[in-house]
This record gives sequence, structure tokens and C-alpha cells, in this order.
Amino acid sequence: MNDTILLAHGSGGKLSHELVEKRFLPFLTNPMLNKLDDSAIFEANGRLAFTTDSYVVNPIFFPGGDIGKLAICGTVNDLSMSGAKPLYLSLSAIIEEGFSLKELERVVQSIEAVAKEAEVSIITGDTKVVNHGQADKLFINTSGIGIIPAEVDISGANAKDGDKIILSGTIGDHGIAIMSQREGLRFSVPVESDCAPLNKLVAQMLEASLKIHCLRDPTRGGLATTLNEFAEQSKVGIVIQEDKIPIEEGVKAACELLGFDPIYVANEGKLVAIVEPNDADKILAQMKQNTCGKDAAIIGEVISEHPGRVIMKTKLGPSRIVDMLSGELLPRIC
Amino acid sequence: MKFIDEYQNSELATKLAQRIADRSTKPIRLMEFCGGHTHAIMRYGIRQLVPKTVEMRSGPGCPVCVTATSDLDKAIAIAHLPGVIITTFGDIIRVPGSYSSLQQAKAEGADIRVVYSIMDAVEIAKANPRKSVIFIGIGFETTAPTIAASIIKAKKEEVENFYVLSLLKLTPPVMKTLLDLGEVKLDGIVGPGHVSVIIGSYPYEFIPRNYGVACVISGFEPLDILLCIDKLVEQVESGKPQVEIAYRRGVKPQGNKKALESMNEVFEIDGADWRGIGIVPQSGLKINQKYQHFDADKAFPDLSLRAKRSNLEKEPRGCRCGDILRGVATPLECKLFGKVCTPEKPVGPCMVSSEGACAAYYQYGASYE
Repeated sequence: MNDTILLAHGSGGKLSHELVEKRFLPFLTNPMLNKLDDSAIFEANGRLAFTTDSYVVNPIFFPGGDIGKLAICGTVNDLSMSGAKPLYLSLSAIIEEGFSLKELERVVQSIEAVAKEAEVSIITGDTKVVNHGQADKLFINTSGIGIIPAEVDISGANAKDGDKIILSGTIGDHGIAIMSQREGLRFSVPVESDCAPLNKLVAQMLEASLKIHCLRDPTRGGLATTLNEFAEQSKVGIVIQEDKIPIEEGVKAACELLGFDPIYVANEGKLVAIVEPNDADKILAQMKQNTCGKDAAIIGEVISEHPGRVIMKTKLGPSRIVDMLSGELLPRIC
Repeated sequence: MKFIDEYQNSELATKLAQRIADRSTKPIRLMEFCGGHTHAIMRYGIRQLVPKTVEMRSGPGCPVCVTATSDLDKAIAIAHLPGVIITTFGDIIRVPGSYSSLQQAKAEGADIRVVYSIMDAVEIAKANPRKSVIFIGIGFETTAPTIAASIIKAKKEEVENFYVLSLLKLTPPVMKTLLDLGEVKLDGIVGPGHVSVIIGSYPYEFIPRNYGVACVISGFEPLDILLCIDKLVEQVESGKPQVEIAYRRGVKPQGNKKALESMNEVFEIDGADWRGIGIVPQSGLKINQKYQHFDADKAFPDLSLRAKRSNLEKEPRGCRCGDILRGVATPLECKLFGKVCTPEKPVGPCMVSSEGACAAYYQYGASYE
């Protein structure tokens, strides 16, 4: 039984140490983590951003990523969306007894790869093992700290009349990739999760212009929910154009089949920016240089009418309200 | 994407809308039977494209919405039995019954699983031989053939712990009932696309013949619906109502023979209880003698009786889902709409189901128009 997680791996004794030292440290190694003290100690100057998120995705491996990649990207992106440069992350794993060590290794290797890509260090962590059935294979929590450059002022409440809305690429890829893998929905789509760290894209955007007012990554709830949050927080109206929103063919087909509206489907490597109109083209051009922003497009603008409301001009011309997602996305019957 | 984009072309839509406006001289009222049509009409803003003379009403074509409270109560009662796994499609789990919902039962510990294909329910039954796996079979002629196929498969493979609670309903009989009731005067019906793929267009012939009402079967893309409205307006204006298919790529007049055969193999026609309408004769499908082993109604007879006898059924106060399903009222005419009743806290089924008229009106902001 050397190839699975045992309850003893969570006992705090020898096996626990072995788990950390053999399964995590070799991949995530850095001077701060290697000390294995009770806290990581570091210096930081300036305004700090701090965020946390837990990841319980099922299945843990999916086309385009896995729970490890997701856990790093999610927290890196949350920091990036406040304009911060992400520096340090914590990593906490809750593992179900019986989970395969091989799969754990795959997840940790994936964490290593994406942390390198995003240039962030994991400087503290924890592992717990719970009885079979008390967790679903593997849950991960990550927290992160980043530094916000002095001139940056980004908040969901900063949108102003006339601002342009930029979307960094195609929507719905992550949600459809996950759904295609779920039990009971085994259809094959050539869709991969867009899961990616966005900190470099944000840094490039801020290089192009500091007049970025709002930034957010439209994860669960999709584009529609993020735009509604902006409209509410900033007390402005938002108008978007359906035909300007980039959507992959596979996502479009899967959504048609299941009766989903892609604007409600989750993303993990996309952002929505609300920016000063005069700088919009400059920012867009810069975004297109980055792989994560190659399909970026201006999809709409901020207006003073109907504050709190998002309106979409449909492909056919008429307008309709875009509401937040309510409840869960369920496929249609008929 | 070839097979969708060409049906969403805005230039063609504008031209079609113009043609409808040119044709339409007098006010007419059309009913889109199917919830999928209501959804598409709201999503693409089709009500704004057609002239004011054309009024659209939603019909009873949302399978979740028309599931009777008593049937839901029965499903919930079965869910609470020990050793039972309930499997079902999507939003039915959220619909409130008299006192609870399947979702509530799930939170209380009942094993309820949403499947995307009924074949997965058969697989669940195979994987759990010691449990009774019951599929809550809601839907119209669209879902009936696959449910029939699953029962045939279960019999062939001797999956003895698989049962179906058949709440399946038929569309032409309920259309007849609505026309007989005459509560709302209709000039034309937007015929259900997916249902007609199965049953064809012949079963609707009585609509123009006996009631003088036009009937055009439509697909679900915006251009399909506009073309259907155009044909309906043309028929009403010329005073020559008939059954037409404006969804030729999907529907043949004779329907799908194989699907109909599998339905006939497993089901027999019976009366059915429709929420908001009541018992409609000859409008339901129940499992026949040959396949009775798989009939949840027979496998759990005591419970069915108890649910019926106790007469628990209770409709929420002020909810006008019944009127809305009969086309007597639009969601905007319900006092609860958007205030007490929202998708987060739905009072009636029309707000729960994504195919429900209230949910479509709410989601796409009908009040904004």
C-alpha cells in the first residue's frame, strides 16, 4: 500500500514528514519554504494585496489543466485583478485517505510548472488527511500576497461613463471543458480549459496605461455576472454587443446542445477590463501581444443610463437585459 | 459555425421582420407552445422585431412546469424511502411540491442524482444492484422515445432494479384542450419543433380543420421563429389556416418511425394531470403490461395511493403559473413576478425551469422593453 495516501500520512509523525519532504518540497523548493518553520518570514514594502480561495473541482484532472494549476492560477489571478504583482503563495492540501500518490505527484508537478510560469513562490503550506468519504480526493486552498504599484487604482467601483470594456479572449472554455468530463455528460468536445496565470498580461496592460479602472476575472457565473458586479458597484449602466464577444466553435456547439448561454459559463484564464476610452486601443494592442490576450476585443462601453443594469445588443439588433446567473446551470430537457 | 450562424443572420432577420410588418394588417394572437421557443424569443428580442399587431403568448410546453404537484409529491415520497436512488433531469429537482422539493429531500439525505441521459440512470442501476433506481420520467414526445429505449434495454439486460415513474405527456391532446377551453382566442400556433421531429405534422391537422387556427412548426433559431411567424401571419391574413412545417431540416410530416415504434412498444396512452390545467384525457404515457416490472407506479403502489388519498396537493397562493401555462396571462400580469417570485426564490414552476415562461421573461428583462 505504498502508492496511496494513508490516514497515517496525516498523523503528524514520520509519514507526514515524508509526505511533505518527498512529495511537495522537491518540486516547490525555495529558501523560504525549505526552512519548514511555523511561519514564512519575508519583507515587503508598499500597499499589499492579500487573497484566498479554495479549490474543490471535480474531476481533478480535466482537458487543459488540473486542480493544482487551477489553485495557483486562481489566486495569482485574484491578486492580479487588483493590479498587484503576485509574490508569495501558501498551499494547503486536504487529501482523502486512499488518494493515489501518483496523482498527487502529478498535481504537485503541475503546481510547480505554473508557479514557475507565473514567477511566484509557495513559501508556506500544510497537509491534512481525512477519512475516506470525508473529502473528494483532493481539496486545495491557496492564499497569496502581492504588491500594488503606487499609481495603480483598480476597483469594481471605478467604472465611469464613456469607459470602454475589454474582454481578454474567448469565453466559456473552462466551464465546458469541465462539464464534458463530468459523469453523465460524456461528450467529446475539442475544448480545453483556459486556465492560465494572468499576472503578466495585467503587467503589460498597466505598462500601456495606468488608466485601467476595473479588472476582474469572470470565473463562476461567467462574463454576465462580472459585468453585473461592475454595474452595481460603480452605479453605472453597461452596454455590450453580442457579436463582439469571442467564443470558440466547440464551446458554441456545446452550449447550443445543452441550452447554455456562454456568457454564464465559467472561465479561468480570462479578464474583463474597464478602461479610459482614449487609452482603450493602446491597451488592446498591448494585450494582443500576450498569448492570454491574443483574442482580446472591445465588447462594449459604460453609460450613465440605467445604472446597475447590463444590456446586450443581440446579434439580431434588439437589446435585452443580461442578468446575473441565478442558481446552477442545468441542461435543458426538451 | 455553419449549422447555427446562418440561422442567426441579422440581415436576413431584418428582411423577414420587414416582410412580416408588410403582411400584417390586423392584430393577431399567436401561441408558442414550446418553452424553448419562449426562451429563444426573449433571448433574441424577437418581440421587438415583429410588428405591434403580432401578440405572442406562451403555452404549456415546458415539461417541468406542467408536472402536477401531486406527481412531484409522489416523487418526493419515493425519494425518502430507504434503499432508493432517484435519478432525473435538470431543473425538476428545484420545483416546489406541496411541502418540499426533490432538492430539499436531497439536502435531507435522499440520494437524488441529476443525469444528462436516461441511459446513465440504467448504468447507475447496474452499478448499485442492491438499490432501487427510479428515473423520474418527465417530458413530452421528445424524451419519450429515449425513455422507452432505456426500458427496452433494461429488460434485455435484466436490470431488475431500474424503474421509471412515467409523467410523460403528449402535446396534441393538450392543444385540443386549450382550444376547447377557449379562454384565450388564438389565431395561430407556433408548433413545437423537437416534438414534431418525433410525431411529424399530421397529428396537428385537427387544429386548422376543427378550430380554424393556423399551425406552423418551427425550429429554435431566431430565423426559424421569424419564418414561422411570417407563415402564420400569411395564413391568418389570407384566411386559409393549415399545418405547415417551417423546420424542414428537422421535421418530416410522418415523423420518426423508429422513435414512434419504441414508444408504442413500451407505453400506452392514458389520462395525465397537467399543472394549471388538470386531468387531460389521452394526454399521458404510462408503461404497458409487457414492461410493467419497470413501472415505478406499480413497484411502489402503496405510496402512489397514499399520495393520492392524502390529497396533499397545494398550489402556492397568488401564483398564476396555471393561467400562464394556458396562455390566459403573461408573466408580467402575475403580481408575484419579479417581486416575490424570482429565479433565486421561485414560487411557481414557470420561474424554476429554465424553459419556463416566467424565467425567460425575467432573465431577458421583458420589463425593460
